[in-house]
Amino acid sequence: MSDTQQPIRPAVVIGGNRIPFARSNGPYSKASNQDMLTAALDGLVARFGLQGQRLGGVAAGAVLKHSKDFNLVRESVLGTSLSAQTPAYDVQMACATGMEAIGSLANKIKLGQIDSAIGGGVDTTSDAPIAVSEGLRSVLMDLSRARSTSPKLKAISRIRPRDLAPNAPGTGEPRTGLSMGDHQAITTKAWKISREAQDELALASHKNLAAAYERNFFDDLITPFAGVSKDTNLRADSTIEKLASLKPAFGKNLGAEATMTAGNSTPLTDGASAVLLGSEDYAREHDLPMLANFVDFEAAAVDFVHGADGLLMAPAYAVARMLKRNNLTLQDFDFYEIHEAFAGTVLSTLAAWDDPEFCKNKLGLEAPLGAIDRSKLNVNGSSLAAGHPFAATGGRLVATLAKMLHEKGSGRGLISVCAAGGQGVVAILEAR
Amino acid sequence: MADKYLELVNSGLTKKLATSLGLPRPSILRRYAPGEALLPGPVLLLGDSSSAQQLADTLLGWGLDVRRHAVGVNRLGGIVLMLDELEAPAELSAPMLAAGAALRQLAPGGRVVSLSREALDTDAPAVAAVRQGIDGAMRSVGRELRGGATANGIVLGHGVSPSAPSALAALHFFFSGRSAYVDGQFLSVDSADGTLPADFSQPLAGKVAVVTGAARGIGAAIAQTLHRDGATVVVVDVPGAGDALAKVANKVSGTALQVDVTRPDAGAKIIEHAVARHGSLDIVIHNAGITRDKLLANMDARRWDSVIAVNISSQLAMNEAFLAAELPGLRIVSLASTSGIAGNRGQTNYAASKGGVIGMVRASAASFAAAGGGINAVAPGFIETEMTAKIPVATRTVARMLMPSLMQGGLPVDVAEAIGFLASDAAAGINGRTLRVCGQSLVGA
Repeated sequence: MSDTQQPIRPAVVIGGNRIPFARSNGPYSKASNQDMLTAALDGLVARFGLQGQRLGGVAAGAVLKHSKDFNLVRESVLGTSLSAQTPAYDVQMACATGMEAIGSLANKIKLGQIDSAIGGGVDTTSDAPIAVSEGLRSVLMDLSRARSTSPKLKAISRIRPRDLAPNAPGTGEPRTGLSMGDHQAITTKAWKISREAQDELALASHKNLAAAYERNFFDDLITPFAGVSKDTNLRADSTIEKLASLKPAFGKNLGAEATMTAGNSTPLTDGASAVLLGSEDYAREHDLPMLANFVDFEAAAVDFVHGADGLLMAPAYAVARMLKRNNLTLQDFDFYEIHEAFAGTVLSTLAAWDDPEFCKNKLGLEAPLGAIDRSKLNVNGSSLAAGHPFAATGGRLVATLAKMLHEKGSGRGLISVCAAGGQGVVAILEAR
Repeated sequence: MADKYLELVNSGLTKKLATSLGLPRPSILRRYAPGEALLPGPVLLLGDSSSAQQLADTLLGWGLDVRRHAVGVNRLGGIVLMLDELEAPAELSAPMLAAGAALRQLAPGGRVVSLSREALDTDAPAVAAVRQGIDGAMRSVGRELRGGATANGIVLGHGVSPSAPSALAALHFFFSGRSAYVDGQFLSVDSADGTLPADFSQPLAGKVAVVTGAARGIGAAIAQTLHRDGATVVVVDVPGAGDALAKVANKVSGTALQVDVTRPDAGAKIIEHAVARHGSLDIVIHNAGITRDKLLANMDARRWDSVIAVNISSQLAMNEAFLAAELPGLRIVSLASTSGIAGNRGQTNYAASKGGVIGMVRASAASFAAAGGGINAVAPGFIETEMTAKIPVATRTVARMLMPSLMQGGLPVDVAEAIGFLASDAAAGINGRTLRVCGQSLVGA
């Protein structure tokens, strides 16, 4: 290494754009990941006048991806008005894809490797990749390797009717076979999170998101797509009674103790998001706003396979480590953006941080991280209302929080996103 | 959206058929393209004005072939009538007859432009008579011209020289393909303000322009035209139209601002965006508008009020914000409509709003002039847009063909060109006025 190392400089969130999120098999059912990501990028380009610019990099990804989309992000960039000389790459880290993409780009900016970048993500469960069965795939591979008629016929003769059934991707965990919701149901029960508390959180999410639309908060965060201009999952008129009337959807084996419903769990959703990052110099040179500094981010993973932790509890660990590194307490934040995969996830995580035993035994802390001021939690709504197109959620959170911090003019915000595979990514933003 | 009839009567076998049947044959208009000649032939300069020589020199400077007589010229690109010093109706005879004798030589897409003075209540009756008479004569010339040729006039205010920058800029605009669908109209030049552009193909170089309602139709065409002419463009539309707006922004390398112009803080948002992101706000085009047509007998408050709120009240509120911000040299162009002049069945609300625009620009002129700027309006006639494409085919064909002298509907770009001209610094001597872009439609004045 040379000894002329550059000092680390701030990475700034300039702004964001997303298309409205839409419930699966709804208005975006004919749109591909590439269509949606291109639209989100083009809206961002239009908002900030980036046409023809060569950015330092574009990183994004999709959780459910066709194999033909091996270069999804680069292909999307080529379809936008950005310079064709803008490099791009795919990231894939389940629901933390967007956060990982944005965080690693911020690091490159901090190190002075690049001056500008777009991070984000996209997902569709309406246009999901359908694979052929393993049996059929094996035959087809042999067929392509066969040189003459006889081995070809032999290969074909191995096809059985059951091989013709396609394989659709599921959200089940490969190592446990349990769906994410059923995993969370175990955690929710372990932390004794009540049905009422979950329904209240879901209701607050809808009310907060509706109020944010009402005050035009999203005018410079969303660009309509395919005739949709508002998240289609939003139920502004939802009530606690309506939510209470829903039947459990996950953890049904818990019987009367099952608390997780379609109302307090996120639905399958289609959508895309993008966040523009830059150095201070880049923002100044292009007369662009500086909403917040992307201060730090941290990933964690838990051993959910052997039951040591709940599938979606990794952020509890990541936050503890990140706070320590930054000499902050959990209470040093003005806004908390905790991704609502399930209401139970948010509430279990909050309970864990406030639990002396968990904090001591699992996080190795003398004292618990403590409780947070709930009036600072997801104040403009979160995934329960907006929906959760897996990889697109990170971009939604970063852009929303950065704008909130900039509006306030001071303070700090915490982002926490859980992900499949027992992983999670958390981040700190600071107002400018 | 395309005018099929226009295509048919101008090509191949159907052209012959239309000619032999004596069907009306609208011409393909001479529209502006960068680099094309200002006029399709030499220009004939008529009239005994003492400013004639000076004007001839200017026209020579524009690269035109200037003639004082039509003798020996087979094809004329334009005729300029200098009538600014006439003092009695009898004096109109010589120049008008000379023009008449040359009309047959006028090329398709040719231009007849008069320069005269405003008739004032304080004029001697004979002076006022000839000045007002020119108005009627020139509009009639417009009705007689064929082949996409047009007749328009420049009316000089008291003490304004024919070589005032805005008079020359108006003449240049009328000559150019930019005025293709402007016919039978007069532009009044009230002062010697304004500067001619260093390059007539980049009249808006260095300017920051905001276009409201820019997601589609005329607004999108305005954004593209202003961009072509050198401006940095901020396109504005309601958040619900954001996807189309983003496409326009990316086409013109501008920025998109999603804001509903009826919001009380719309003006502030526009100023903030333009100044923070582009360094200034020099031009605003109030194009955002809606129609909610209904016969007055069936009109409801929702239809009436929404049209008034979007089409005129929002502009009044934004203008107040612009004036309060004291933006130096801000030029505003607002969209009126011939419906606001002549009225239109089923459009009482729309006509009230568009007539309102005409009154607003007249009454706002002094305030904007005080800050070194100005405000004018453009009143489109029948323009081929997504909106007019919804009119039934037969009605549309009749509306676009039989009404205007040019026998066809205009294109969004025709409106955009007039707006671009009025938004330019060269038009600073024109203030509080409304220019019709209607192909000399029969409706209205």
